[in-house]
Amino acid sequence: MSVNYGSKRIVVGAHYGLRDWLSQRVTATVMAIFTIVLLAQLLLSKGPIGYDKWSGIFASQAMKTLTFTVILCLLWHVWVGMRDVFMDYIKPVAVRLSLQVFTIVWLVACSGWAVQVLWRF
Amino acid sequence: MSESATKSAKQRPEFRNINAFTDLPTYRLPAAGWVSILHRVSGVIMFSLMPFIIWMFDTSISSEISFTRFTNAFSVGMLGLPGFIWKLAALGLIWAFLHHFTSGLRHLWMDISHKAVELQFGKSSAKVVLTISLSLTAVLGAKLFGLY
Repeated sequence: MSVNYGSKRIVVGAHYGLRDWLSQRVTATVMAIFTIVLLAQLLLSKGPIGYDKWSGIFASQAMKTLTFTVILCLLWHVWVGMRDVFMDYIKPVAVRLSLQVFTIVWLVACSGWAVQVLWRF
Repeated sequence: MSESATKSAKQRPEFRNINAFTDLPTYRLPAAGWVSILHRVSGVIMFSLMPFIIWMFDTSISSEISFTRFTNAFSVGMLGLPGFIWKLAALGLIWAFLHHFTSGLRHLWMDISHKAVELQFGKSSAKVVLTISLSLTAVLGAKLFGLY
């Protein structure tokens, strides 16, 4: 590998190891299971789905906990994915770093909102 | 490589810096290539529209009143935009999710199985992914726009 330290350091954000690759797979699996659990509850319910049925799905503490875990998985999964996209297409370091910082702020803000919604009703 | 070998070989097009305007339109991607780039595109779409997704989660689940606001956005409209625009946005998200989900399962399967990383499986599974995601999008889109 060429020189990759000091001013020659390539700003990527990747760790070039197993961790990010594996965490993306694990978080994807958790979200896929959540999708199936949610779909099963929707498809097994009878009649039109109104407010009561829809909010009823998320009423139990078990479903809230699972949804909370999925929100955290989403945060992590999307960070790895967006960072991959930036590493591939955005070459100027200043732009890439700015986009990466924006992505983190965006994701943390969205997750906070989603978690608030989850435990408010 | 010897000089004569390169000279005698037919001049083949060489792509060093791919220009988005002059090179990309002439590219003919195989099915697996479409699945791959659309996996990225769908991911970026869902990332960009994340506030809209959480807004839908918020209004649909918080109370009866907010649920009415949720349904009104798609029937009456919201923020000066007619309802069908919001339905189109929702349909875009439906496609993005279905594509990302099905091609994600393909990724996972390729990580697990050594047989799945062969050329033939790559070709056929890419077509399966496109067929499933597009046909489910069509079915749900028809439902969304009240065709059945």
